[in-house]
Amino acid sequence: MGDTFLTRRRSTPIFLICLAVLVLVVTLMSEPAGTGAISTSFLKTLGKTLCLCLVAVAMDLVWGYTGILSLGHMAFFGLGGYMIGMWLMYERTRLIVAESLAGAPIPPTDGEIVSAIASQIFGVVGSSDFPLVWMFAHSLPLQLALVVAVPGLLALVFGWLAFRSRVTGVYLSILTQAMTLALSLYLFQNDSGLRGNNGLSGLQNIPGLSGLPQSVISLWFFWGSALALALGYIFAAWIVSGKFGSVIRGIRDDEARVRFLGYPVEGFKLFVFTVTGIIAGIAGALYYPQAGIINPAELAPIASIYLAVWVAIGGRGRLYGAVIGAAFVSLVSTWFTGGQAPDIDLGVYTIQWVDWWLILLGVSFVLVTILAPQGIGGLFDLATRRRRKTSTGPDAGSLRAPEAAE
Amino acid sequence: MTQLLEVDGVSVSFDGFKAINNLSFSIGPAELRAVIGPNGAGKTTFMDIVTGKTKPDSGSVLWGARNRSLLKMSESQIARAGVGRKFQRPTVFEDQSVFANLLMALKKTRGPFSVLFYRPSSEDADKVRELAGQIGLAAQIDRLSGELSHGQKQWLEIGMLLAQEPRLMLVDEPAAGMTPAEREHTTDLLKRAASSCAVVVVEHDMDFVRRLGCRVTVLHEGSVLAEGSIDHVTSDPQVIDVYLGR
Ligand SMILES: Nc1ncnc2c1ncn2[C@@H]1O[C@H](COP(=O)(O)OP(=O)(O)OP(=O)(O)O)[C@@H](O)[C@H]1O
Ligand SMILES: [Mg+2]
Repeated sequence: MGDTFLTRRRSTPIFLICLAVLVLVVTLMSEPAGTGAISTSFLKTLGKTLCLCLVAVAMDLVWGYTGILSLGHMAFFGLGGYMIGMWLMYERTRLIVAESLAGAPIPPTDGEIVSAIASQIFGVVGSSDFPLVWMFAHSLPLQLALVVAVPGLLALVFGWLAFRSRVTGVYLSILTQAMTLALSLYLFQNDSGLRGNNGLSGLQNIPGLSGLPQSVISLWFFWGSALALALGYIFAAWIVSGKFGSVIRGIRDDEARVRFLGYPVEGFKLFVFTVTGIIAGIAGALYYPQAGIINPAELAPIASIYLAVWVAIGGRGRLYGAVIGAAFVSLVSTWFTGGQAPDIDLGVYTIQWVDWWLILLGVSFVLVTILAPQGIGGLFDLATRRRRKTSTGPDAGSLRAPEAAE
Repeated sequence: MTQLLEVDGVSVSFDGFKAINNLSFSIGPAELRAVIGPNGAGKTTFMDIVTGKTKPDSGSVLWGARNRSLLKMSESQIARAGVGRKFQRPTVFEDQSVFANLLMALKKTRGPFSVLFYRPSSEDADKVRELAGQIGLAAQIDRLSGELSHGQKQWLEIGMLLAQEPRLMLVDEPAAGMTPAEREHTTDLLKRAASSCAVVVVEHDMDFVRRLGCRVTVLHEGSVLAEGSIDHVTSDPQVIDVYLGR
C-alpha cells in the first residue's frame, strides 16, 4: 500500500538528499571541521544512530517487505561488531606490547610478542593463549571478510533449517529469539574465547591512528556510517523496486499463492534473510568502534525486539519509515535515558524518565500498532493519497468483493 | 491417446472424514472439462491434491507423457511443471497493481537470482498489456488490484493463469460474483484457452456449464458419480437425486 510505484521512485533521491544535507550540516558544526557546536560525544551518537538506521533498513526488508518477523537480527549486528572488534583489540595490543618490549636488551621473538598480546587480552578471563576463533585476528582484511561471512553464514544455515521445514509466523519469531539468546549466553561464557562478559573494549582507539584526536576519528566514522547507510538504502530500494519486490511482498501477503505461481518461496526467504543478516553485520562493524565496547549483553533478545519496535513506529514496508523510526526512537531514547529530560513532579510522585522511558516507549508502540499501523511514515501518504483518490474505487455498478463473496 | 493428467484411486481423509474416496480422473492435453457436484463433494480438495497442497493417503497422480508422479513434487515445482490454478475465492495480490500481478505470473524463470536481475523488456510489457486487454482490464492496468470489483478480480486471476502459459488449468468457480454479461465473456476466455491447453472448470451454475459445451464429470462424496455430455449427466437419475433435484 505505502509503496506505490510513484513514492518508491521519488523517495530514494529525496532520502539521499536529506542524508547529504545532514552530513554537510553536521560536518560544518563538528569540532575538527567546523564551529564545534556539536560535541564529539554527540557526533558519535549521530554516527551510531546512522548505523542503527542501516540495520533498521535491513529489518524492514526482512519484516516489512517479506513478512518474516525476525527477532534475531541484532545478533548479526553484534557478530559484525565482534568480528571487527577482534582485529581492533589485537592490533592495538600488539602495538602497545611491541613498544614496551622495544626497550628490552634482547629483541623479542614473534612468539614472545604473540603470547604477550594473549596474556594482555585474556588476562581478565584467566587465560594467556589465543583461542582458535582468533586465528585471523592479526589481519584486517581477513577480519573484515569475517564481518560479512560470519553473520552471513549463520543467517544462511539458520534460515535454511527454518524455512525448509516451513516454520513461519510466531514460531519463526520465537526461533530467532532463541537463536540470539543462545548466542548471547554462549558469549557470556569465559571459555567462548571472546572474553565472556567483559566483551571487547577500547575499540574507539583505532590502531595506527593514535596521533589523531577522537574528534577527527569520530567524524570519519560518521562519514563512513552515512556512506554505508546511503549504499544500503540504495541496495534495498533496488531489491524492492522490481519483480523481486513484487514477489517478496506477495510472500508477505499470501505465501501459498506465490508458491502456486511456481516461485520457490523458501529460496526467496533465505536470500532476503541472509542478505539482511550481512547488512546487519556491516552496520554492527561500523557501530561498535564508535561505541568503544561490545559485550554479550548487546546480543540479548530484547535488542532485536527494540529493532522491530523502531521499524513498527517508523512504518514498515517503506524504507524511509524504518530510517525515521530508528533515528527518532534511538535519539529520543538517548535523550530520556541520558538524564537530559526534565523530571515531572506530580507532587506525590516524581516521574524520572530514566525509569519511565521504557514504559513510554511500550505505550507508544501499542498506540502506533492500534491507531496508526502505517507508523510515522504514514504521514507522508496523507499528501500523495489525496491526490490519487480521484481515480480510485471500482466502476459504478460493479460489486465490491465483500458483497459478492457469497 | 496419452493423457496429460491421470489421477488414479486417490483417497484423502481429514480427521477420519473421507473427503476424497477412491477418485479416478483423467484429462487429455487440449481438453475442456467441467466438474460439478454438490457442496462438499470434494471438488476443491481434488484441485488441492493435483497442485500439491494436500497429500493424498493413497493413490497416484501422474503427469505428462513421461508419467511423472506429482505426489513427490512441491507446490512450486508442480506449478513450474505446467499446472496453473485459479482459486475459489479470488486471491490476487491486493496491494500491487494489475500490471505487477500479471507480470509476476508471466512465464519466466522463477529463481531468486534471475528474478532479482529481471527487468521487463518491452515485449514482456506488451504481452502483459495484451493480456489485460483480453480480460477487460486494459483501463485498470495501473490500479491496485485490491480496488477492483469481485468479478474483475476473478478475471485478473484468470489473466494470471493465462500469463503462466500452463499445460493444465484448474479453474475453481470462475463465474461467482459475475454479472451475466461477465459470465459470457468468461466462457469465451476459457474456451479459447482450451484450444492450447487442458482446462478443468468447477462451476455450480448449470447454464454456464452448458455454454462451455464440454464433457462433464459429476463428483459426489469424493468420487465420480457420472461422466459424459451435459445432456447425459443431467438425465442421470442419480445425479438428479443428489445434485440437480434439490
Ligand atoms: N483442510 C481440511 N480439513 C478438514 N476438512 C476439509 C479440509 N478441506 C476440505 N475439507 C472437507 O472436505 C469436504 C470437501 O470439501 P471441498 O472444499 O473439496 O468441497 P467442494 O466440492 O469444493 O465444495 P464447494 O462447492 O462448497 O466449494 C468438505 O466436507 C470439507 O469440509
Ligand atoms: Mg470448492
